[in-house]
This record gives sequence, C-alpha cells and structure tokens, in this order.
Amino acid sequence: MFDAIASFVNSILAIIDPFCGPAGLFRWLLNDTILGCGADGWGDEVGSGVLVTVSLAVATLPLGLALGFFIALAKQSSEPSLKLAANIYTTIFRGLPELLTLFLVYFGGQIGIQALVKLFGGEGTVEISSFLAGMIALGVVFSSYASEVFLSAFRAIPDGQYEGGYAVGLRKSQAMRLIILPQLIRIALPGLSNLWLILVKDTALVSVIGLSDIVRQTGIAARVSKEAFLFFGTACLLYLILAMVSSIGLSAIERWSTKGDTGR
Amino acid sequence: MSETVNTMAQDVVKPPPPARRWNADRTTGHALMVLWAALGLGLVWFMINAWDPELIAKYGPKYLSGLGVTLSLVGTSIIIGAALSLPLAFARMSNSKILGSIAYAYVYFFRGTPLLAQTFLIYYGFGTFRQELDAIGLWSFFRDAWNCAVFAFALNTAAYQAEILRGAIESVPKGQWEGAAALGISKFQAFRKIILPQALIVALRPYGNEIILMIKGSAIVAIITVYDLMGETRRAFSRTFDFQTYLWAAIMYLVFVEALRNVWDAIERRLTRHLKR
Repeated sequence: MFDAIASFVNSILAIIDPFCGPAGLFRWLLNDTILGCGADGWGDEVGSGVLVTVSLAVATLPLGLALGFFIALAKQSSEPSLKLAANIYTTIFRGLPELLTLFLVYFGGQIGIQALVKLFGGEGTVEISSFLAGMIALGVVFSSYASEVFLSAFRAIPDGQYEGGYAVGLRKSQAMRLIILPQLIRIALPGLSNLWLILVKDTALVSVIGLSDIVRQTGIAARVSKEAFLFFGTACLLYLILAMVSSIGLSAIERWSTKGDTGR
Repeated sequence: MSETVNTMAQDVVKPPPPARRWNADRTTGHALMVLWAALGLGLVWFMINAWDPELIAKYGPKYLSGLGVTLSLVGTSIIIGAALSLPLAFARMSNSKILGSIAYAYVYFFRGTPLLAQTFLIYYGFGTFRQELDAIGLWSFFRDAWNCAVFAFALNTAAYQAEILRGAIESVPKGQWEGAAALGISKFQAFRKIILPQALIVALRPYGNEIILMIKGSAIVAIITVYDLMGETRRAFSRTFDFQTYLWAAIMYLVFVEALRNVWDAIERRLTRHLKR
C-alpha cells in the first residue's frame, strides 16, 4: 500500500521533473553534453540536488514562520520576562554565523542525544540526518529574523483593531485569528519574501554536512569531470532560476493579498 | 487657596498599581527564563568540566589568530567592495539603458546566488582556466585561497553596498540637487558636499548590517581551507573531537558581533544627534 503510493508519487515526479522529465530542460537542450541525463551526463544528479534544495527550503519555512510568529508575540507582550527570553533568543541566533549554528545543531545534537542514550543505558552511536539538522538550524535562524518582521507588522496595527474586536464580543484568540492575523500577513509579506530568498540561498550551507543539494551535487560533478567552472556556474544559474521563480510566485501572492485594498 | 490645593494634592493617595497576577504570559515568561538560565548554567558547567589548560594553551592563540584572519578578510573585502560599489551605484542610477542593465544584472547575480556557490565558482572554477590565467600571470593570484576569498567577498559585498548606496542617494530629496544648482555649485561639488553627507547618514544602519552579515558570512571560507576563526575551530575539532571547540567559537563570534552592533549604535547616535528633536 505504502510502496504503491510512493511509486505513484515518484512516477508523477518523473513526469513533471523540469530537468530530466519528458519535457525537461537538460533532456531537450543539453542531452548530448556533460549536463545530459542518464549514465553519461550529470543532469539527473544535478536535478536531484535541486529537488533536495527546494524541499529543504519548503520544509524549513513553516517551522521558521511558526516559531517566528510566537517569538514576535512574546516580544510585544507586556510581560518583561517573556520579552527578555525572546530577545535572548534572537540575539543569539542573529549573532552566530549560520554555518556555526548548523555545526552546533549537527554535532551538538549528536553528542547530546548520545549522552541521553547513555544515561538511559543505551548503546551505540547516533547520527542525526543532515536534512533534519539543516531544517532545525535554518529554521531557528529564519525564525529570529522573521520575528523582527512580524514585530514591526504588529506595531503597524493600531490598538483600536483589538479593542474593536473585543467590543463586538470576540475572545482574545478569535480577535487574533479573525482580525489581526489577516492584516498582519499583508503587512509582513514583503519582509517575509526577502527572508524566503535568503533562506533559499542559505540552504547551500547544508552541503557542508553532507546533504546532496545543488552545491554538493555540482561539487561532486566538478571533481569527477574536472569541469569546475561549468558546474559551479550551473549551480549559480540554478539558484538564480530559483530566485526568479520565487519572486514571480511571491509577487503573485502579494497581488492576491492586496486585492482587497481600496485606494486609501 | 493655592496652598490648600497643594497640600490636598499631596494628600491624595494614588490608587495602588493593579496586582500582577500569574497569568499565562507571566508563567511562560518565567518558565522560559528558567530554561535560559538552566542552559546558561549548563554551558558554564560544561565549560568548567571540560576546562583543559593544555587545550587552551595550544588552541587559544590559534583562535585569536583566526579571529584576526576573519577581521582582516572582512575589512579588506568591505573596503574593496566600497570602492567598487560607487561606480556600480552610479551605473544603476544612470540614464543610459546599457549601463543600467549591466549594473542591474551584476547586482541581481551576486544577490541572487549563495556566497558559498560564488566562492566555489571562483576558487575551484577558475582552476579550469589555469593555462589562460598562467599566460597573463594571474594564476599565482587565484591559486591562493585567501585571495580567492577576498575576490569573491569583495564582488559580493560590492553588489549589496551598491544597493545600499543607491537607496540612500535616492532618498535625498531632489530639491537638494536643485538648490545646489541654483547656487551655482557644480554637480560634483554638490554630490560631495551636500548629497553624500545626507545619504551616508541614511546608509549608516544598512552598512552596519552589511558588515555584520559579512563577518557571519565569512565563516564559509573555512571550507576553502582559509584558517579564519571557523577554520581554526574546524581544525581543532577534527583533532580533539571536543565539542567545546565549537562553543568557544560561538562565544567569540557572539561577543564580537554584539560588541560591533553596540559600537555601531553609539556611532549612529553620535552622528545623528543634530536630527533629534
């Protein structure tokens, strides 16, 4: 049953694969070159790297957004201890280099879990998947920047909006969900778009801990084929294409979100 | 009459501040602070337990020299980038379509691709053209990882700084140019003495952010075998397998970045004191 679903998803992915699918870029334009598909070319390997990069960024986004939202809530609360706790979080993760955060999560997580396992009498070594480590590290960094974006969006919403909500009898959570959040997203969208583009670029770092993303796959291809400029140039172009596709998507979302705005 | 009012005003007892109850916010806040304190104490405890004078004596100076390498790398590339960003910003603002689109393409490329990929492209990629580079005598420059890192970082930061500069110059109202022109001041003089000082104040904060981003971004040179702070850390970890090597690096980066941020805030406060009302 599960295998059937997996193979079905795989066959769908193979059809819509933009690189080596039936209508793929590498298959049609570059098939007889070193970037072609199949055993002779590196096209399919590089294509799988793009898939890993995109899925890492997409998996990190909800984690970072949710964390960032709650941290922004904490930062704008009237309770000093909550504010301080949130500020410590952002100070740490905005001050550390992303690469170091990644290593701290990857090696520190391994050592920490190993110590826990030993504490409960377990044996053996533990390895965290580099995808998970990358997701956590990038999510944490993303959330600390996103919290600033959300915070300034919170400050742009007048108090009267909350008060009006309470006056018509909404509970605190309802007012947040029905009145504040829709406005908040609209105001925060440009800032969050920027953070998304930064996130896509930051995923390149995960190649260092062994995840087969664009940079790692092109790096392997470069080492084997001795065509470093070609392959790292391809990597840069692929990131550029990802950025362009994202900006097209993001501006569509932005148009949609401001559709209801009347000229003020 | 006024005396009675005064004494009465003094006698008025203010209502007591509303009692701060243990609501959800306060409980969560205190719980999180306890968590941070526990983590902080855990870090201190770990560091004390792991304290090894031999290790410190062996790797301490290396970490400091690594920090020096990081700072000189960032300093050099920021300065070269600033020099490159001036013509770029002007090309971006120029009326010429060709110049404008070349500058736009440059900025788009360097802001749209990861610094890591750019650094690889230059360090490993230029090796493809070894013969050609050898012929014009540039191979000895690109053979060195440090030169490649400075080259890549300078090109990258030039793109970001050009955008900062352009935004700042365009934020100065047009009337300032016109006023200068009306006084018969040449365009160059107007730019240097009227526009630039106002633009730089606007650009101050983004410049500070860019420097901090460069310091953080420079950690990736460790991958192309430059022994900056991150490189020394990786080397120390690969020899000792001691996790405190990473924690020391984290503390050093954090302290340095925070210090820089505070210094930059102070500079900004000082330079904008005439704008305070």
